[in-house]
Amino acid sequence: MHLVCPAGSLPALKAALRQGADAVYVGFRDDTNARHFAGLNLDERQLESGLDLVRKAGRQLYVAVNTYAQPDGWIRWQRAVDRAAELGVDALIAADIGVLAYASRRHPDLALHLSVQGSATNPAALEFYRSRYNIRRAVLPRVLSLAQVRQVAERTSVPLEVFAFGSLCIMAEGRCHLSSYVTGESPNLCGVCSPARAVRWEQTPQGLNSRLNGVLIDSYADGEAAGYPTLCKGRFLVDGQRYHALEEPTSLNTLELIPQLAAMGIDAVKIEGRQRSPAYVEQVTHVWRQALDAYRRAPETFAVQSSWRAALGGLSEGSQTTLGAYHRSWQ
Amino acid sequence: MKLSLGPVLFYWERRKLLDFYAEMAQLPLDIIYLGETVCAKRRALSLDDWLGLARDLRECGRAELVLSGLTLVEAASELSSLRRLCDNGELLVEANDMGAVQFLHERGRPFVAGPALNLYNAHALAELQDCGMLRWVPPVECSARLLRDCLVQMDMLGRRRPAVEVFAYGHLPLAYSARCFTARARNRAKDDCQFVCQEYPEGIPLLSQEGERLFTLNGIQTMSGQVGNLLPEYPKLSGLGVEVLRLSPRAEGMAEVVRAFDEVRCGALPPLAVDGCNGYWHGKPGMLRVEEVEL
Repeated sequence: MHLVCPAGSLPALKAALRQGADAVYVGFRDDTNARHFAGLNLDERQLESGLDLVRKAGRQLYVAVNTYAQPDGWIRWQRAVDRAAELGVDALIAADIGVLAYASRRHPDLALHLSVQGSATNPAALEFYRSRYNIRRAVLPRVLSLAQVRQVAERTSVPLEVFAFGSLCIMAEGRCHLSSYVTGESPNLCGVCSPARAVRWEQTPQGLNSRLNGVLIDSYADGEAAGYPTLCKGRFLVDGQRYHALEEPTSLNTLELIPQLAAMGIDAVKIEGRQRSPAYVEQVTHVWRQALDAYRRAPETFAVQSSWRAALGGLSEGSQTTLGAYHRSWQ
Repeated sequence: MKLSLGPVLFYWERRKLLDFYAEMAQLPLDIIYLGETVCAKRRALSLDDWLGLARDLRECGRAELVLSGLTLVEAASELSSLRRLCDNGELLVEANDMGAVQFLHERGRPFVAGPALNLYNAHALAELQDCGMLRWVPPVECSARLLRDCLVQMDMLGRRRPAVEVFAYGHLPLAYSARCFTARARNRAKDDCQFVCQEYPEGIPLLSQEGERLFTLNGIQTMSGQVGNLLPEYPKLSGLGVEVLRLSPRAEGMAEVVRAFDEVRCGALPPLAVDGCNGYWHGKPGMLRVEEVEL
């Protein structure tokens, strides 16, 4: 299985290469990608030097143009596709069928990967994208159980990439408008979820409040660990009970699934986190490289080492990890 | 302008569903969508039951009948059900997943593109038009401006404009998950949900810790806390060339909602303001209510 790692900056890209990523994925510095955060992503010069480093290391570079284009910005998406093709990247990751159609017709040699934002969770949807746009790989949304991933893998000819580690989106990617409902900006259209500009922290006599566009997302007692107010990870009231009604702050970690994923013929595992620091990318890539290599050397005796678990636990939201939807009981 | 009744998004028991449609059949609706779009475990009515209901409705009314497909299609069994639904041979289908688009396109059947398909520009719309899309229900986060831009962009591409159906009333479907939030609220596993969502005919309100109604839990679907209502925007909707207004079923008072929209389309003045949210339509956070006087 290929190890696909995120880079929101040139140092992160270098870190991923250093630790043995098989491919690194990046975005342009605008709203054409789903991590459109201030100061993040690579400008033209950085992209060129990044690609140079990737080539010298004999690895691959993918570019994500994976938000949905609106008519007044169409030319920007078109240009992003053209630029990726000119650079000669190894794959373009896209979700919008308008963008996929343009890329497949204008640049037939540019390999297309269906982004997780494309929400393809079943073989028929994958066949739609394969037959019309000749996608060479698809990233599955983080909503399928392991048994369902197996069913999809058995019934599709599209090579699959699954999420291995990182922030846990609990909604089907590309099918969540929670952020735009509260802040006006959504992953689909703006490449952001629960955007930082809408976040407000306030210290009160009762404790620390986190707000998103004025809406109280969580309230922490003194000494309680506070997390970024991602909408789906707040504490709310349901039937009079206060709890994480949608999901706790936690990260997805699937190290222990490596043997099953490999047995299903999964083509690649993806680390989430272009918004993370180079140090984070370095450490996560390091652990996953070790784990994948250990599995390759001796698949029968593969076991998750406690040092890997400890390293990833320390990098996780709320210091906890979950198998998420892969594990049926989570659902 | 036509009025449509969207698919019932909540889980109602069989009797309630049949009574509801018997009442709706008496109302001035032009299109009625049937079928389950949220959770494959909800089987109060089978595919054959829905088709039988459609035949009954056809006999007692004039509304066009459409069968809506599941949105989040995960298990192989769910995909088989979706395939059978697309193969029904009687009714037009609303596709809410690209899997349904694929089935319908393979069979050469026209379809309605539902609000869960991510179509935000004319290039994408043209793709689905080539696959057989007759009518387009834009994503609920689509603003009036984005809608207008898409139609103008269709013109620029030399494309026929699709018929547009706007989600004009009801709790907005915002998100879909593998997890069942209703079962979670009752401390049950999804596989042992015991159809607990039948106890909540309009979902479970989710409030902020300050008591602000934020979302509505409806099984694996998260909906808006507020009801979206675009009735005051009727003149603008009409001016944009929108052909259909979708009214999404609620457990109570739906007949009054249909009548209120019908009166306006028959010439009554639209209300200046109503309860509920309309932010998306104005390009603002969906939860907001933008008052007419501010425009």
